[in-house]
Amino acid sequence: MADKKVHSFIVKNRVTIIMVVLLFAALFILEKILPPSSMFFVVLKKGAIYALVAVSMNLLNGFTGLFSLGQAGFMLIGAYTYAIFTIPPEARDTVYQYFDGGIIKFALPVPVAMILAGLAAAFFAFLIGLPVLRLKSDYLAIATLGFAEIIRAIFQWDKLGPITNGSNLLRKFPGFTSVLFPFAVSGICITLIVLLINSSYGRAFKAIRDDEIAAEAMGINLAKHKQLAFTISSFFAGVGGALLAMYQTTVQASAFTSAMTYEILLIVVIGGIGSVTGSILSSFLFIACSEWWLRFLDNETYIGSFRVPLLSSGFRKVVFSIIIMVVVLFYRQGIMGTKELSADAITRFFRKLRGKTKEEAAK
Amino acid sequence: MLFIDVFLSEAVRSVKNFIDTNLPYILAGISVGGQYALIAIGYTMVYGILRLINFAHGDIFMFAGFAMVYLAAWAPLYVAIPLVLIITVLLGFIVERVAYKPLRSAPRMSVMISAIGVSYLLQNLAWYLTSGLARQYPVIPWISNSVDIGSATTKIVTLITPVLTFVLVVALVMLIKHTKIGMAMRALAKDFETSQLMGIRINTVISITFIIGSFLAAIGSLLYFTNYTSVTPISGAMPGLKAFVAAVFGGIGSIPGAVIGAFIIGICENIIKGLGWTTFSDAFTFALLIIILIARPTGLFGEKSTDKV
Amino acid sequence: MTENILHTEKLTMQFGGVMAVYNLTIDVYKGEIVALIGPNGAGKTTAFNCITGVYEPTNGSVSFCGKTIVSNHPQGRMKKLYAGDRDITRSKVISPTPDKITKLGIARTFQNIRLFKSLTVFENVLVAKHMRAKQNIFSATFRLNWPEEKRAREECLELLEEQGLLQYKDELASSLPYGLQRRLEISRALATKPKLLLLDEPAAGMNPQETQELAEFIVRIKDKYDLTILLIEHHMDLVMKISDRIYVMDFGKLIAHGTPAEVQQNQRVIDAYLGVADDA
Repeated sequence: MADKKVHSFIVKNRVTIIMVVLLFAALFILEKILPPSSMFFVVLKKGAIYALVAVSMNLLNGFTGLFSLGQAGFMLIGAYTYAIFTIPPEARDTVYQYFDGGIIKFALPVPVAMILAGLAAAFFAFLIGLPVLRLKSDYLAIATLGFAEIIRAIFQWDKLGPITNGSNLLRKFPGFTSVLFPFAVSGICITLIVLLINSSYGRAFKAIRDDEIAAEAMGINLAKHKQLAFTISSFFAGVGGALLAMYQTTVQASAFTSAMTYEILLIVVIGGIGSVTGSILSSFLFIACSEWWLRFLDNETYIGSFRVPLLSSGFRKVVFSIIIMVVVLFYRQGIMGTKELSADAITRFFRKLRGKTKEEAAK
Repeated sequence: MLFIDVFLSEAVRSVKNFIDTNLPYILAGISVGGQYALIAIGYTMVYGILRLINFAHGDIFMFAGFAMVYLAAWAPLYVAIPLVLIITVLLGFIVERVAYKPLRSAPRMSVMISAIGVSYLLQNLAWYLTSGLARQYPVIPWISNSVDIGSATTKIVTLITPVLTFVLVVALVMLIKHTKIGMAMRALAKDFETSQLMGIRINTVISITFIIGSFLAAIGSLLYFTNYTSVTPISGAMPGLKAFVAAVFGGIGSIPGAVIGAFIIGICENIIKGLGWTTFSDAFTFALLIIILIARPTGLFGEKSTDKV
Repeated sequence: MTENILHTEKLTMQFGGVMAVYNLTIDVYKGEIVALIGPNGAGKTTAFNCITGVYEPTNGSVSFCGKTIVSNHPQGRMKKLYAGDRDITRSKVISPTPDKITKLGIARTFQNIRLFKSLTVFENVLVAKHMRAKQNIFSATFRLNWPEEKRAREECLELLEEQGLLQYKDELASSLPYGLQRRLEISRALATKPKLLLLDEPAAGMNPQETQELAEFIVRIKDKYDLTILLIEHHMDLVMKISDRIYVMDFGKLIAHGTPAEVQQNQRVIDAYLGVADDA
């Protein structure tokens, strides 16, 4: 009975499964060919991490309609939880040099620590959500922003130094080398989120987004469902934070500012609020542009002895901000609007092409 | 009777003690409170009419600071100061026309995202133009001079700020109560759609709101940066956020409320610094925000409104 | 004796200084179609909102099938402001959220159609099944409750077919013509398997022919789904045609009650309301 179910699942989703396998195979091969310091991998790794965080934000803002600006705070909780629990005992004295090696003297295995990171973020989200989720949208935005700032202040507090290392950074915890790792983790998490969105609860979230009062009249308990969306979104933001810590190999609370939340928000907007594939595509685009393609805008370039005006450090971000404003003002739907790029859509697209060329050949 | 006497004189003595030891902080609090108030008014006026949190307002304040740095190096102060005011007002006007006006019929989230986008742009632009180095604010004669008050030494700007703030706020409230444009602002804040139908020229009124807000922010920047002389691209973020909290605390849409809220925040955050909890002086403002949003979302002087189902 | 489905006892709603509903006491018995009429601003939708938990009434109670489901008395600030009858019973305060009321078996539609605009017709109806499904977030995400989900889907498809909306099932709810949107809203309410259906101006914006079809539709669903119906309406032809009894409100108070024939003769009603030209 179970075999039949698995078998039919594989048959139905064969295109998606083939694409996923091809993707991982391609990445595997690329890693063997290209030098590890290639910009390509920076974009892929960081892009995968931001994709997860962007999708988690989209779940909350785009699918449930709760405009929250607290993402950076939950990423911070996740990053620190992961780092704190995975620094090997031998290294603790050097890392926590001002705090006598800190009070935590053991290290957990990486997968456990990552899940713990998500749970810690979800726990705090639950507490914060209790008072905050009743507020109207603009006030919710500012309240979550405020909480994120409070979290940042707490993590830099010297009195908590034995746990958080105060305003010093955390390091020497395990990271990852292969690009397959963030892709696998993000992939699994995003798949879970997609499953959730397409389930009965996902429909309830969308109902809340479209019309709260009607949703309540349909028997959906607003408080409970908003809490669910908030907690789950923060769980994945926490896992994203842990991944970011692994990627950067150092973690410092002062880096998790509201500017980070704004960047993720802008990624979600560019990709399309309400589109998971949009958020994923937009994350990679965003990272590619900011870390790689537009880098040249930051360098002072000379043509012969003529200095090209405008190009100097920081110009990249200015161009970037202008592009974002253009999208926000003229292309509010973003790249994907609320549509998703699914395996079906791709196969249909290719079938249409084939259909067209057959027609032309027949003429 | 004797007990009461002793108790009272002890109480008076400890209050006097408290004030003496913390005088520099209280004075700093009054000063920065007034500066926050000038910024907060911009937030509360715009929110009252457009229901928009102008995330970019703090960055306009920061731009005013930088404008002064560059203009003062190029022209004498009596030219630079008016120019700064004009440039800031122009910037506020342009931001409204370019980034907010086209989205007036769009869902609220879109306008807020646009405001965030403008804030992001202004900060990056400032970083690019100044190569990220902090700049020193020019010294404005007289208000930067030191003066002794009781046991503390402070700059004259600390005394000027509350007075100037008070004068400006009174002038503004007069404008809103007794002029046609003020009435138009109040009408738009009460009922946007109906006001449009009544023939009020909303574009003009909204532009004037932004102009007034930016003007006050520019004056605030003159006073603020005379005290905290280092100007960086993110100099506007914190004051802006705190000013917004002040506006919410006082009751969004209420100008006196925003001013009172700003002074409370300014004084409390400095007293916290005085008590040694510097890391939390910023967090205090946010804690206050959350408390007010939960206990009394309409703020101290705000009005409740019920949605029609 | 037919079962009493809905009973409101001295239901009162005061906003600040405005008394929107005052001492409203009505009964609705099983299988009836009862209409609540009155001029604009009489407090009819406010009464609906009190019954369904959207507003917490200032005073009074609501019973459903004999059980009290909403109950309140002036407290806190309201104690001083309360402009009504000073003889207040210190009853227990029962103040459920609207979703609880729907779970009990009372469904409602809205004056301004509130469909889920970004969802399809099918999804709009499917959302109504969420509250009764035996599931939690994990079983739903991992599709462990698939048999339940399948059953819910089949029920929705049946419902859509009965309502003549099956051909639109994958279209966006907002793309339907107005009349069909109204029908979808009612279908969505039906999907919650209610005992009592509250309709708020179902004929708003309809021409005489559509109103006629709606009248037949309401009687049909009442018989088919074994419902009791309480409706607010301004279209007098609809009201007089299908109602068993009518309550008339004006300025928050009940001014008349009886069969359509009785109400039509009532001078107070004529003065307050029926004298005004019907604006269909």
